Amino acid sequence: MSAVFDSLSRFYASSIGKKILVALTGLVLIGFVLGHMIGNLLIFVGRDAINEYGHLLQTALHGGGVWIARIGLLTAVVIHIVATISLTRANRAARLAQYGKHKAQVSSKSSRTMIWSGLTILAFIVYHLLHFTVHAGNDYGTYKTTLDGHTVHDVYRMVIAGFSWAPASIFYIIAMLLLSSHLSHGFSSLFQTLGVATDKSEPLFKKLGYAFAGLILVGNCSIPIAILFFHYGR
Amino acid sequence: MSQLNLHLKVWRQNGSQPGHFQDIDAPDIPDHASFLEMMDIVNERLISKGEDPVAFDHDCREGICGMCSMQINGVPHGPEKATTTCQLHMRKFRTGDTIWVEPFRARAFPVLKDLMIDRSAFDRIQQAGGFVTVRTGAPQDANALPIGKEVADSAMDAAECIGCGACVAACKNASAMLFVSAKAGQLNSLPQGQPEKDRRTLGMVRQMDKEGFGNCTNQYECEAACPKEISVRWITKLNRDYAVAAVKDAFGNTRKEAGGGD
Repeated sequence: MSAVFDSLSRFYASSIGKKILVALTGLVLIGFVLGHMIGNLLIFVGRDAINEYGHLLQTALHGGGVWIARIGLLTAVVIHIVATISLTRANRAARLAQYGKHKAQVSSKSSRTMIWSGLTILAFIVYHLLHFTVHAGNDYGTYKTTLDGHTVHDVYRMVIAGFSWAPASIFYIIAMLLLSSHLSHGFSSLFQTLGVATDKSEPLFKKLGYAFAGLILVGNCSIPIAILFFHYGR
Repeated sequence: MSQLNLHLKVWRQNGSQPGHFQDIDAPDIPDHASFLEMMDIVNERLISKGEDPVAFDHDCREGICGMCSMQINGVPHGPEKATTTCQLHMRKFRTGDTIWVEPFRARAFPVLKDLMIDRSAFDRIQQAGGFVTVRTGAPQDANALPIGKEVADSAMDAAECIGCGACVAACKNASAMLFVSAKAGQLNSLPQGQPEKDRRTLGMVRQMDKEGFGNCTNQYECEAACPKEISVRWITKLNRDYAVAAVKDAFGNTRKEAGGGD
């Protein structure tokens, strides 16, 4: 038993071990970001569609489903962030004296600012949860509507109200720009770290990463833009 | 032959004391000189003026020993692709250019003097597994161990690594992954390397971490800077080999069977 834990702690202590954990949790979060966006786009299908979806999430597995997802995602987020901060600190410590002149030849700006885009997204996640999940400082929790005879949370009204306030919408759009920057490097990067990229597949992973980052950007930003600038639902 | 008038900004440092850039004018440099020959000329002039010459590493001067280093205008081994500093010619520069010359910078490569760095961290990584244990005695027949041409060619590509440290110098994290992956991958992809594959992978990565190199962030600056054009696919392979070795290390049987590695 302890032999296994010794090996696992050596794995986590190693550079590659931590990176593999970052890649695996990144994969989980990529899956979440995609599912979250598809679900939210139901707002364009109509009030009942998104409310039914919200009700489904809240009541799946007798209300346990949402907690399983929350705990799973929280674990993934914590591992992803703790490991990357630890790796970044080691990276900074690996070069104490900086170059007088340094020229990046092939790396993208997104890849060089992953820690900053990531930490801003973390701040955004905290705000987003307070805004739409905890309902801190707003009364969105009291919005109710009836769906097939049941009283359910009026997600539709909450989203319209939330994005009618310009500062919130603008912060969401900025966060999504940074998320797409983060994904443009992170998506293809994870296949390299997990050891599955090949000469032939790597260009494909790279293009898929850019396409995925673009899809998330357009899909998620369409909601605040439609509400704030085109008065959708208002 | 034409002559170049250059302006150098050269890093001067004595051991662990703080360093600084020294402005050195280098007039009348023949354009067919190599970068190291240009440095030789500069040093001759410094010596004749009674000044301290610039210390720099060099040995074979034909691009195969891995001794020469230097960050030239922000790029390891200068602006030419797949070229070591000794093979870089001054005709690649223009008269009037200002050239920044610095040591490869990494905590694991401490500066000894000026542009000379201590790269013995690489030797210790090699000692941690970058070899195949063979018994001495009569060599076996050359064809006793069949190896596909493509496999042999790939292993040869990795074996091209001269251990100069340009990958570390180019990486924003001073990571040594390209070097370690080439050295481990060369042996891990050949039948002779199989018996010690897992031990080698774990040992070399552990030593790499211990030396204080940074972590790979998959930006491939190393590949762009490598004078031998070692592919980052070797890093992919090291990641894969490490994951397999770590799982076996954690959950594998202590009793070993042939073919299962060690």
